[in-house]
Amino acid sequence: MFRFLSGFGSYWILLGRVFARPEKHSIYYRQTMKELVSLGLRSIGIVTIISFFMGAVITLQTAYNTENPIYPTYLIGLGARDSIILEFSSTIVALILAGKVGSNIASEIGTMRVTEQIDALELMGVNSASYIILPKVVATVLFNPFLTLISIITGIIGGWIVGTSAGVITSQDYIYGIQYAFIPYYITYSIIKTVFFAFIISTVSAHQGYHVEGGSLEVGRASTKAVVYSSVTILLFNVILTQLLLS
Amino acid sequence: MIRAEHISKSFGDRRALTDITAVFEPGKTNLIIGKSGSGKTVFLKCLVGLLDVDEGEIYYNDVPFTRLDFRRKKELRQQMGMLFQGSALFDSMTVEENVRFPLDMFTGMSYQEKLDRVNFCLDRVNILNSNRLFPSELSGGMKKRVAIARAIVLKPRFLFCDEPNSGLDPKTSIVIDELIREITVELNMTTIVNTHDMNSVMENGEKIIFIEEGEKCWEGNRNEILKSDCSKLNDFVFANSLARQLKDSPR
Repeated sequence: MFRFLSGFGSYWILLGRVFARPEKHSIYYRQTMKELVSLGLRSIGIVTIISFFMGAVITLQTAYNTENPIYPTYLIGLGARDSIILEFSSTIVALILAGKVGSNIASEIGTMRVTEQIDALELMGVNSASYIILPKVVATVLFNPFLTLISIITGIIGGWIVGTSAGVITSQDYIYGIQYAFIPYYITYSIIKTVFFAFIISTVSAHQGYHVEGGSLEVGRASTKAVVYSSVTILLFNVILTQLLLS
Repeated sequence: MIRAEHISKSFGDRRALTDITAVFEPGKTNLIIGKSGSGKTVFLKCLVGLLDVDEGEIYYNDVPFTRLDFRRKKELRQQMGMLFQGSALFDSMTVEENVRFPLDMFTGMSYQEKLDRVNFCLDRVNILNSNRLFPSELSGGMKKRVAIARAIVLKPRFLFCDEPNSGLDPKTSIVIDELIREITVELNMTTIVNTHDMNSVMENGEKIIFIEEGEKCWEGNRNEILKSDCSKLNDFVFANSLARQLKDSPR
């Protein structure tokens, strides 16, 4: 319990330092651009691949679970669309990114800690927390909504291609289904969740990396903890945000 | 000049430093020596403010560093340069970017002015045609020299070196020692070097402080160190058989 409270306290202290006034805006801007490429653009591939196949599987499973003459087949498209928008493209993609981006952030910052690069920044008079972490937070919060949109589009396309190829739904029914009773607010809800999750992934992972003590073994442990803690926090906030935004 | 008065530091129940008082003079290479784990690095980190002291006061030219607020500490830190044990070069930056970083962060110089200053510092530490290389492409000695170039790029008044010879062969160690000594005189800096390398001690030891188990046991210079009657210091200085033979041999 004491360790949890101590960790929770140090997380908020770290955030206070991260959001301090940047020393030189031009350098922070340059760092943010680098992080957009490293944490954002380089995640497009994995998000696209996973979303395509998950969209396909969601469509197939919806089809097999609604095999009933009473249900119109376009409901398969509707079910796939809502599953992808409401849960898959925000929460599941966030969990995947917690693994990819979170471990990347924790191990990078942890390595900087154990190789004294963070001490070197501090000794120069640079706010190391802000210089290292803020660009990562800004980059993930700005870019992850695009990843969610890419995931939604790819997931729905995956469902369409595989659903029609497998013969579980016709192209017309699927397209009719994904347009039927569409609620645009669901997209907003998904994007809001993504922004929160991006903040959680970047800050929780950065906190784990920033406070590494020891050597490479501890960096590995911090990386694992970053993924676990980010994932659990995402799941917790998923419940809270869903209740707040959809109730 | 740096003055440390009655410095104590603990980590939980473990006492790392006990009541250390020392004065480090400008234009000189001041050495802190002692065995591994004796508290040298903790003392150095306390001096630069990377660790907060539990008790005592540190003065930089009579400015009480330990009592300064964050903003003034930050200003003073821009007058410090430090060479870390593992060099601590930024992995994601090239040699040129590493050395240019303090200039980017704290000066309003034009790109050309910064480049000239970077090249001057790299020339000074004998690193030529390596501006575009990354730290992973450099040897241990080159990394140390680039780290020295980065440490002096803002013309600091205080230079701190933590085990500058660790991981280096004897010949490269001598080159690094000479470089630190020359730069100290050129820039009239107050330089403090943490080391357990006896060759460095004999080459650079204009002022030496010996720390054992977190306490200052002896203070003097390289001429006095061999004649000391401090048993702990003698155990450290004459730890290897060659040094013992030299000591015991008739002059």
